[in-house]
Amino acid sequence: MAYTEEELKKELETKEYEYGFYTDIESDTLPVGLNEDIVVAISKKKEEPSWMTDWRLKAFKAWKEMEEPEWANVTYQKPDFQAISYYSAPNSKPKYDSLDEVDPELLDTFKKLGISLDEQKKLTGVAVDIVIDSVSVATTFKKTLAEKGIIFCSISEAIKEHPELVQKYIGSVVPQKDNFYAALNSAVFSDGSFCYIPKGVRCPMELSTYFRINQAGTGQFERTLVIADEGSYVSYLEGCTAPSRDENQLHAAVVELIALDGSEIKYSTVQNWFPGDKNGKGGVFNFVTKRGICEKNAKISWTQVETGSAITWKYPSCILKGDNSIGEFYSIAVTNNYQQADTGTKMVHLGKNTRSTIISKGISAGKSQNSYRGLVQVSSRAENARNFSQCDSLLMGNECGAHTFPYIEVKNKTAQIEHEATTSKIGEDQIFYCNQRGINTEKAIALIVNGFSKEVLNKLPMEFAVEAQKLLEISLEGSVG
Amino acid sequence: MDLKDKLVSSFLAFESKVDVEHPVHDIRSEAIKNFEDKGFPSKKAEAWKYTSLKGLQKIDFSIFPKEVNALEYKEVKKFFLHEIETYKIVFIDGIYSSFLSETTHDGVDICLMSAALTKPMYKPVIDVYFNKIASKDESLTTLNTAFSREGAYIYIPKNKMPKKPIEILHFSTGNETSLMLQPRNLIIAEENAELQVIERHQSLTSNEVLTNSVTEIFAAENAIVDYYKVQNDSKAASLIDNTYINQKDKSVVKVHTFSFGGKLTRNNLNFFQNGEHIDSTMKGVTILSDKQHVDHHTLVHHIEPNCESHQDYKGIYGENSTGVFNGKIIVDKIAQKTNAFQKNNNILISDKATINTKPQLEIFADDVKCSHGCTIGQLDEEALFYLQSRGIPKKEARALLMYAFANNVLESVHIPELKSRINKLIALKLGVRLGFDL
Repeated sequence: MAYTEEELKKELETKEYEYGFYTDIESDTLPVGLNEDIVVAISKKKEEPSWMTDWRLKAFKAWKEMEEPEWANVTYQKPDFQAISYYSAPNSKPKYDSLDEVDPELLDTFKKLGISLDEQKKLTGVAVDIVIDSVSVATTFKKTLAEKGIIFCSISEAIKEHPELVQKYIGSVVPQKDNFYAALNSAVFSDGSFCYIPKGVRCPMELSTYFRINQAGTGQFERTLVIADEGSYVSYLEGCTAPSRDENQLHAAVVELIALDGSEIKYSTVQNWFPGDKNGKGGVFNFVTKRGICEKNAKISWTQVETGSAITWKYPSCILKGDNSIGEFYSIAVTNNYQQADTGTKMVHLGKNTRSTIISKGISAGKSQNSYRGLVQVSSRAENARNFSQCDSLLMGNECGAHTFPYIEVKNKTAQIEHEATTSKIGEDQIFYCNQRGINTEKAIALIVNGFSKEVLNKLPMEFAVEAQKLLEISLEGSVG
Repeated sequence: MDLKDKLVSSFLAFESKVDVEHPVHDIRSEAIKNFEDKGFPSKKAEAWKYTSLKGLQKIDFSIFPKEVNALEYKEVKKFFLHEIETYKIVFIDGIYSSFLSETTHDGVDICLMSAALTKPMYKPVIDVYFNKIASKDESLTTLNTAFSREGAYIYIPKNKMPKKPIEILHFSTGNETSLMLQPRNLIIAEENAELQVIERHQSLTSNEVLTNSVTEIFAAENAIVDYYKVQNDSKAASLIDNTYINQKDKSVVKVHTFSFGGKLTRNNLNFFQNGEHIDSTMKGVTILSDKQHVDHHTLVHHIEPNCESHQDYKGIYGENSTGVFNGKIIVDKIAQKTNAFQKNNNILISDKATINTKPQLEIFADDVKCSHGCTIGQLDEEALFYLQSRGIPKKEARALLMYAFANNVLESVHIPELKSRINKLIALKLGVRLGFDL
């Protein structure tokens, strides 16, 4: 490799410099509460241009007028929005000095997931030796991406470096006023990722790998913007199979995908935030707005594996604006103990010959509640729209619930819509069959759950599919009586 | 004055016409309070997302018809199932017509709600059943409860079965420019009892009519109730039908709804399974044209274990019509071994027609089999071509395919004369004549 240690050292030095900007503000975390001054202060701290500040203020104004939505099938103590500090600089100091100090239960899970020691350190916030393999891998990746003209950086960086792209596309899919949490995010988003794939470029790697190693603490209000220019392709993976014990109770992220003519975006999420303890205490509230727009012949594919969070409120959607565009949604949502998930998708068919597929698998165990909420909308001009939806729920134990709320609105006679949903439990005969062949009940259930979720797991990038499979097992551990 | 205020203030006038000392009147007073608080549901309410009552609220409906109107039997004969003998409970502009009716007290009671609510001999039954399953919270139901005075009262004692089917007919003559009707029906089938009911609302002119009807049906152990709703009203007639059904062990209740006419039709069909081994069936055929709007809201609440429910709704939507289907199945925690199935198939035959469908499952028990399927599509072009290639004109071929589409629902109609009547209505609606009945 032409990449010498010398260069690496240099790169790391400049990297330090990049972050140097944070050092002088590290001490001053903004006061608790939210008002216009805070929004301006956040914008200022991020050294944003004035249009961005105005944009945030507009969002804040809209947010003030809005009420927290209550339609979702979840119950929780509403967060007090004035009791949150909306900005604190990412803490660059390591939390622990060695892995020995980390919660052994957490390490046990890492081991089960097969996560490398270095990554474990990174994920738990243990101080990491500077010269390790992963960093050099990361920098090589960055170089490869740059050669192709792909921009992949934090959104704050993009606002400064590529304002024309950000200004054009931010809020174009999820407008500031879209919903309560999107408005809040627009006003106060701390950081996030920005990705631009130029015309005709096929991103040579899963952006996931890079992401997992280099992700800095992006805070609770994350903003992601992915733009695939004409004829390009990108596969993006967000999140991590590793459990993250974030002390932030409320997460309100916004993800916008823009797929221009003939492009394809594959966006996969694995979410495993702290779901609260066995008695339902604590846990992360995850209120996410994710939406993509497809121009002509474009394709957006959402794949998600949701196992964490106390409350999940998430509907990755596709607006199929261009003719012949395709939207896909593959989801596995697992809830255990006292978790509540209300998740699903929206497929809005506007263009001709648009197609969408929805495969949703819900698994509820313990005392959890799992809801699928979806919308398939065919406008009067969307000739020959086609949709296939399938929502299956698996119930384990008699104290959990599975719910489906699929909305279908069709205004065009050429549309073909199929929707089916089933709810059942794991068949006793299936378990008996496994037992009889020497597979114990716990393993048998894992096997059956895997089969049940296979259609979705298959859509994940390979290495994550393997981890996600193990994750399902771990999430359902002990749920079988 | 808007309709809500008018209704609330009319309640005082209404009180002068009924016995305010009767215990039922406490229920009425309670109900009008609830309606006054809630008013008409707006589109913001989840259950009314796709159906707007705004237009109706602007019409100045008269709440009490001014005079008693009479109709000649030959004028309205075609609306009766005249091919067979039936018991008839007939209302003209909301007022009972003894001339057109045929009631009985011979072993079973097939008579009037007004009698049941006033005569002491019915009091024990009214105390036990009246307003017991109808919602005390839903505003339109409580509006009906507040003005409940007239309607059909059917009581079938243990091990009895009336000799013939029962028809409940509501005619509106159009003597008022716009009229609001609020019939209230109570149907009780005791253990092992069986009955068949056909309900129809018919407006005879193009004047506006709004019917807000509430029907309570109680099916005791092993009872069998077969209920048919024929909705083929004029273009100015709107119907809000609230039906509440309470079932006990091993009872079987089937409700068929045929919606072909009317301006706005809303069917709230609620089943509560308070027992084991219950079978509940809801089926419907909806064929719409023009600017018609039909909204089917079904609810099946599985409260006890080992029960079944079956739903099958077919819809064909033409011109500017709108169809809504919202089917909700709730399975309680203890309702293990529940089998709940729901199917909703739709065909859009016009570019301007709309269908909104929302099958909804809320399941809290693990050992259940629940499924719902929903499709929206077109007639099979190949099947159409096949029929045309054999010399069947396109229009008839289309109608034939639509017949086939709706046939599943018609198969379970147990009164042959009614079945052929429905077939004729479908042919009429599709504008074709077929030389046979399906």
